[in-house]
Amino acid sequence: MSILVIAEHDNAGLRPATLNTLAAAAKIGGDITVLVAGSGCAGAAAAAAAVPGVAKVLSADAAHLAHPTAEDLAAVTLAAAAGHSHVLAPAGSFGKNFMPRVAATLDVAQVSDIVEVVSADTFVRPIYAGNALATVQSADPVKVVTVRATAFDPVAATGGSAPVEALAAPAASLLSAFVSQELSTSARPELGNARVVVTGGRALGSAEAYASVLEPLADRLGAALGASRAAVDSGYAPNDAQVGQTGKIVAPDLYIAIGVSGAIQHLAGMKDSKVIVAINKDPEAAIFQVADYGLVGDLFELVPALVKELG
Amino acid sequence: MKILVPVKRVIDYNVKIRVAADGSGVETANVKMSMNPFDEIAVEEAVRLKEAGVATEVVVVSAGVAGCVDTLRTAMALGADRAIHVNTDAELQPLAVAKLLKAVAGREQPQLVICGKQAIDDDANQTGQMLAALLGWGQAAFASKVSVADGRASVTREIDGGLETVSVALPAVITTDLRLNEPRFASLPNIMKAKKKPLDTVTPDELGVDVTPRLKTLKVAEPPKRQAGVKVASVAELVAKLRDEAKVLR
Ligand SMILES: Cc1cc2nc3c(=O)[nH]c(=O)nc-3n(C[C@H](O)[C@H](O)[C@H](O)COP(=O)(O)OP(=O)(O)OC[C@H]3O[C@@H](n4cnc5c(N)ncnc54)[C@H](O)[C@@H]3O)c2cc1C
Repeated sequence: MSILVIAEHDNAGLRPATLNTLAAAAKIGGDITVLVAGSGCAGAAAAAAAVPGVAKVLSADAAHLAHPTAEDLAAVTLAAAAGHSHVLAPAGSFGKNFMPRVAATLDVAQVSDIVEVVSADTFVRPIYAGNALATVQSADPVKVVTVRATAFDPVAATGGSAPVEALAAPAASLLSAFVSQELSTSARPELGNARVVVTGGRALGSAEAYASVLEPLADRLGAALGASRAAVDSGYAPNDAQVGQTGKIVAPDLYIAIGVSGAIQHLAGMKDSKVIVAINKDPEAAIFQVADYGLVGDLFELVPALVKELG
Repeated sequence: MKILVPVKRVIDYNVKIRVAADGSGVETANVKMSMNPFDEIAVEEAVRLKEAGVATEVVVVSAGVAGCVDTLRTAMALGADRAIHVNTDAELQPLAVAKLLKAVAGREQPQLVICGKQAIDDDANQTGQMLAALLGWGQAAFASKVSVADGRASVTREIDGGLETVSVALPAVITTDLRLNEPRFASLPNIMKAKKKPLDTVTPDELGVDVTPRLKTLKVAEPPKRQAGVKVASVAELVAKLRDEAKVLR
């Protein structure tokens, strides 16, 4: 078996989800090659080469891969994929964007968002917002798989020393082009891998209240800020803060849901958190069914009191 | 410009699904079925492009069992002009659907295909991207804003780090995210009108597509249930529990 892992990275280094994806690759077993496709990505390639268990790093360093399109990422992945039995990428917006193009071009199925490796051809993946787990077996010659990062403990980042080989990237596709990006900047930990997440729902009522009520708590706990879909739709929080079936999947040590009702689509994104706290004025709210500790009452009183109590 | 919008019939998002006792799948008998919510957003976007004079025709297509006709009628009540039902009782996986849609696109020659980003049943998030690859077209997935001009679509995409804007040459495939628009409700007169709109039926065979599944589902199981915890009476009690019992405070 020979596994190609497509690294998610920022050119300077690997994004954390790549280490979780490498853990899934290790469970499958076999030679692991990492593809780093970017521009000025020597740092990321070196980081990939330092991961124990990686046999080889392919570095496709080209100007047009600075903000790669799905078309270009699929093309470079296909250029690297020959001879591999598996192609893996993290199941965030990065992997979701181009991996299906890779699968379709190879005329194979994609197995999305796996949470368990049963064997080299059999995987477990959530369906119906995680309300069911399907065990699926692929008969295709190449397994194209995206990996849910929170389901696999990351491999160690250092200790290895794999060789780095240059891979010539296919020419830029003219089908689509990057124009611009607006990345959310925050000094807080990243939502996807924060130890603590403080999430606000519709009950916050405004962007101002979302910030003024939740930020002191997040500051005190060193937490990332999350949001329900309702809070994002209403403009209280940016789109990348959405936790849930169709947003981000998180599994921190501590998840605090504030003014969130606990719709199944929300639970899908956070119910694997280690400890869940819910603050809601409705004692019957569904969120209490998954919360380890529930506090019933008005968040506008309880959250400031909590910050004070934490000292 | 013609827009093709694929729509999927799924268990309604409000239904609490039940895993079948024999582990073969989830119970679908006597369960409310609806249009996949992301596809509603896709239909709405196409209809708005038509209302804005950018598109001339909106064609909806659904692949699957006879009940898909209801989904197609709903889409026409929301403003689509006509519908195509790819009629089959076979299990359809994303790659097979993408191949069916490619064949339909070959017949219809749309300039734009707008798909939902994921179906809320299999949560696969594949079909639109696969279709784009099979057609050799560009794509813009997870759209929260779309504008079409001069043979290109400018699309703002929701990504993990924030927002990204891409420009994609037409013909292209766009997949919708939640913030793209808020779909309208179908009015009663429009529901009546939709009953008279044209609906064609084809089969995978007629489209020359082999839909044999590539993935075999060995088992469908319920996830481990989380134990409901306790209610605490005060903020002080909560902090004490987090510190001494859960040990998650630093
Ligand atoms: C296709 C689709 C995809 C979706 N994807 C997602 C997703 O990824 N993530 C997601 O979160 N949702 C998603 N949803 C939406 C989901 O169904 C719910 O609508 C949403 O999660 C509700 O958000 P909320 O809990 O903030 O709001 P509400 O359900 O309105 O809940 C607000 C809660 O706040 C409580 N409250 C009100 N005032 C106070 C107060 N002063 N103090 C304390 N508590 C108070 C109320 O009791 C209530 O429980 C999706 C829906 C669809 C159809």
